[in-house]
Amino acid sequence: MTNEARTPWVRLAKRDAMDPRKAWAIRLGSILIALLLGMIPVFITGNNPIAAYGTIIKGALGRPIYIKQTVKIAIPLLGCALAIAPCFKMRFWNIGAEGQITAGAIAASYFALYWYQKVPSTLLLLIMFVSAAVAGGIWGLIPAFFKAKWNTNETLFTLMMNYIIIGIVAWLQGGPWEGRKGSQIIPMFDQSARLPEVFGVHIGWIIVLVMVVLMHIYMNFTKHGYEIAVIGDSENTARYAGMNVGRIMMRTMFLSGAISGIVGFIVVSGANHTLYRGVANGVGFTSITVAWLSQLNSFAMIVISMILAILTKGASKLQTELKVPMSISSIVTGILLFCMLSSEFFINYQLIFRQKKSEEVCR
Amino acid sequence: MQNNCAIQMCSITKRFGQVVANDGINLEIRRGEILSLLGENGSGKTTLMNMLAGIYQPDEGEILADGKPIAIRSPKDAYSYGIGMIHQHYKLVDVFTAAQNIVLGLNDEKLDLKTINSKVKRICDRYSFAIAPERKIYDMSVSQKQTVEIVKVLYRGADILILDEPTAVLTPQETEKLFVVLRAMKEDGKAVVIITHKLNEVMELSDEVAVLRKGKYIGRVRTSETNPQQLTDMMVGHSVVLNIDRPEYSDPFPRLTVEDLTCVDHEGVTKLDHVSFTAMGGEILGVAGIAGSGQKELLESITGLYPVKEGSVRFFEENGCETELIGKTPMQIRRTGVGMAFVPEDRLGMGLVGSMGMTGNMMLRSWRSGKGLFLNKKSPEHLAKKVWNDLEVVTPSTSFPVRRMSGGNVQKVLVGREIASRPRILMTAYPVRGLDINTSYTIYNLLTEQKMGGVAVVFVGEDLDVMLELCDRILVLCGGKVSGIVDARNATKEQIGLMMTSVGQRRASDDE
Amino acid sequence: MSSLIALLVASVTFGTVLMYGTLGEILTEKSGNLNLGVEGIMYMGGAFGLAGAFTYEKAVGVAASNGFVAIVIAVVTAFAAGAIASLIYGFITITLRANQNVTGLALTIFGTGVGQFTGEFMRVREGGYVALSNHLKGAFTFQIFPSFLRDIPVIGRILFSHNAFFYIAIALAVAMHFFFQKTKTGMYLRSVGESPSTADAAGINITKYKYLATIIGGGISAIGGMVYITTTAGCVWNHEGLSGVGWLAVALVIFCMWRPLNAIWGSILFGALMIMYLRVRVAFIPTEIYKILPYIVTVVVLVFSSMRNNKEKQPPASLGVNYFREER
Repeated sequence: MTNEARTPWVRLAKRDAMDPRKAWAIRLGSILIALLLGMIPVFITGNNPIAAYGTIIKGALGRPIYIKQTVKIAIPLLGCALAIAPCFKMRFWNIGAEGQITAGAIAASYFALYWYQKVPSTLLLLIMFVSAAVAGGIWGLIPAFFKAKWNTNETLFTLMMNYIIIGIVAWLQGGPWEGRKGSQIIPMFDQSARLPEVFGVHIGWIIVLVMVVLMHIYMNFTKHGYEIAVIGDSENTARYAGMNVGRIMMRTMFLSGAISGIVGFIVVSGANHTLYRGVANGVGFTSITVAWLSQLNSFAMIVISMILAILTKGASKLQTELKVPMSISSIVTGILLFCMLSSEFFINYQLIFRQKKSEEVCR
Repeated sequence: MQNNCAIQMCSITKRFGQVVANDGINLEIRRGEILSLLGENGSGKTTLMNMLAGIYQPDEGEILADGKPIAIRSPKDAYSYGIGMIHQHYKLVDVFTAAQNIVLGLNDEKLDLKTINSKVKRICDRYSFAIAPERKIYDMSVSQKQTVEIVKVLYRGADILILDEPTAVLTPQETEKLFVVLRAMKEDGKAVVIITHKLNEVMELSDEVAVLRKGKYIGRVRTSETNPQQLTDMMVGHSVVLNIDRPEYSDPFPRLTVEDLTCVDHEGVTKLDHVSFTAMGGEILGVAGIAGSGQKELLESITGLYPVKEGSVRFFEENGCETELIGKTPMQIRRTGVGMAFVPEDRLGMGLVGSMGMTGNMMLRSWRSGKGLFLNKKSPEHLAKKVWNDLEVVTPSTSFPVRRMSGGNVQKVLVGREIASRPRILMTAYPVRGLDINTSYTIYNLLTEQKMGGVAVVFVGEDLDVMLELCDRILVLCGGKVSGIVDARNATKEQIGLMMTSVGQRRASDDE
Repeated sequence: MSSLIALLVASVTFGTVLMYGTLGEILTEKSGNLNLGVEGIMYMGGAFGLAGAFTYEKAVGVAASNGFVAIVIAVVTAFAAGAIASLIYGFITITLRANQNVTGLALTIFGTGVGQFTGEFMRVREGGYVALSNHLKGAFTFQIFPSFLRDIPVIGRILFSHNAFFYIAIALAVAMHFFFQKTKTGMYLRSVGESPSTADAAGINITKYKYLATIIGGGISAIGGMVYITTTAGCVWNHEGLSGVGWLAVALVIFCMWRPLNAIWGSILFGALMIMYLRVRVAFIPTEIYKILPYIVTVVVLVFSSMRNNKEKQPPASLGVNYFREER
């Protein structure tokens, strides 16, 4: 131990509440840093990072048709982030949105494939909507039940449920629902089972925007929202207050799964017009990023889901034009999350540097 | 005197955010002497000593060992200067054996059981400890764990021992034993510091007393030249009347009868064993016992939070109607309208929602009220403002997270809410733990006020002096059994202390 | 009988992949860090391990390439990739004290992205196809025991017919068991995961232990990804086959009750479940349904392990919780 260094040159202390505006400024800064870091792999592939961002923006927003496609990508992200928000608020780590989307998609597809001649279009869509919600909800309810009963690890459980349901779709694809024998493809939906379009994009965007408002109200002004917040803070407090923690957990997961299921319905009925094993396409995971980056704030999710959609759409352009693999978008998404998580440190803690008079120096 | 000096702390200042926990404190620790560091809860004693143990870093000031300035950046540094601290919450790994815990972190030590055991045995012989080195910590009693802690510190060759509230969880008999050990250490030329707020222990044990108040150093006196009154004055700043007002309610009546209440935890250990008593409206029933004797389980099983194996808890209306509470969930109990308020021990972890403000916390009782899906935020907001004013809670707004408030204010929010529910039974667990003396008295007054309003108050406490002055009757728990119920007006501390360790001896003379 | 042995041998091949993933995560979790990024780490290990061997072969030419050197390079690059990924995780959770669950998920997203990116980028740059020469492929699957041992009936194939990675994994498991139970450093590491404040008060450098366990653990997990690509996937980048393996490894840690020795048979058992659809056909179960068997078993395992209740069979007590000394 050296004698001159009598106190460490820097140490940590918890910070009192920070001005929310400053906190958001830090978060915004971290997003910018993430976008910069995200360009390192582009640089490695021998491309100009600035040009790459140009390509991304152009590829995502350059033409009206691109914008429509970008919005189509944002819709399930936003919807699914809304689904995840109450779970994460409750500290229930639901990473099974992928499977819950798929479950909803299966249910919706069943009616789309086998009922389209039996009922009129509007009713058919309504049935698909409801059945998708119920199926997604049940798929989310199963892990919640075991969590409530035996405190079974929900992270792994929800995740395994993804693989199980995706396997079921794979079976349907090559088995009972297969179109032409040997094609391994489920036939396209009839026109009556497809969502109508408004402004050139299927009405899924209206559905999710309505859900944004509803979720905001649900989380902030209802008894359910209060219960979720209390459980997220302390399960013991919730029990003390007379809340049935297990039941609330199951209810919330059913709701979350139902919203994901609705997203599954929107995807099959609005975008794909068919069902295949990759129907969820990683949305369940990316939406975790959306939910966390927006600090579970419903309205912020609109912006974040658009940013990530631009990234995804632009990345496909990047691949065709600059031969940069599309997976760059997951790398940037990961980095975004890393930076956002790191920024919380500067919001909650302060570093105190050794000085004659210990002044408080932040960052 | 000067050459005995082991450690000098010079103008030490430590802040936590806005709070100044230690403000320019000077303290000298000498070998061959037992020093009491006296002060109320929250006066900064533990913080000060944590800086010697390497847990905290001082913001300002200097620490000298044998006259030379030193930096204690980690607990490891502390050991290298011979400083060992026994924390109030024992630092032991539950799934390790005693021996493993003792040698944990020692670099030059081989994991050779023989050597360890013989060295441990030597220490045990010197101070007549009895510990089984191969025993796992989770199988040990509190006092055994403390012994392991002490051996651990001695094993590391510490000659400056700091003990933080070592007697808080011990019975009077165990405390006596500990004092014998500490005196023997003093004989061996070690420096001993005990952090405490119990005056009698200070008088009995220490050579000198240093007093802290609200983070400031007040003074240092020789124990032989002082008296409890002077120490109290130093501790609280001004002469306080030690007497707690205990008016008598004219007509106490049975409110709650507990019969043969038995609880078993999820590991099959019996936590409560056929507990029976009656709580009277218009009286404060104290519950005494060493920590972990079933106090928590008792309160939680009555409120429906802890599973009950057998027994009954009956609530009596004024008109004689009775309601059985066992088998009901907390929500069902609330719906029966018996009016049960509960101030749990773990305030932020059970009684309050740390991340919410006062309003959100007031809602914890009323969130179900009103029809429909939506929350009623108006009346909790109103109640929050009332509690804020009535109990003089220090907070910038009713939406300021209670987690960021000081301990006393947190407790005011909790007690304020519980009393506002107009209870007929008020159960409190360690309601003044960690509070300064003024807030403590505020709480005592509130409880007494409730009692005079005919409420049956149950007070689980740890400070017997307070309980003897505040309560009307005291129920003593020992290992989940009721070892007796005494009249607080003519019981003595020694009597209760004995009952805390042995069951059944006084049952015959109960005044029930 | 012979088909049963063939099943067992194939289970061991796949189980080896899981074993690395599981052992690495056990080491990480013993320090109290729950790294849910194993999936991403194994992707990175797979992609970089392959890239390392491939680059080596290209640099020296197929003829001059040495199998042993290729293996060493693959192991080192995979380990380094996993270590760097875990370093990111470690920095964010240990130093910056962010939520471990979300950070792990972020690492999964990031790592699968990086792995995919690397695999794809190599493919694009090499004009369509990246694979090692048969010469090196053989080196990775080389059966290290001499043929007279392998030819012993039954036992020979069960015990001696595997590639080097399997025996290294077994040795690693035994070494880790010894490390946790018998060495001082292992005991210190466990104390960090059980009760960091105790370890801290005892003078153990928490940060150092947590970082080292997380980084080395991540490196070991990453080797699993490399082993998958070079043995099961035939030295071609195949993200489909690797998907889900990392998560199974995390689940296996719970199944093994944080004990390295249990990881040996646990991994082989799950390896069997993973490949059973190829070896043991059951007429009335469609292949796609058969393939989800390991995930169903995992769910069942999770449920049963959450129902058990034993002081010695619990996760490290502070698993998932960050430590801040001055926490009040």
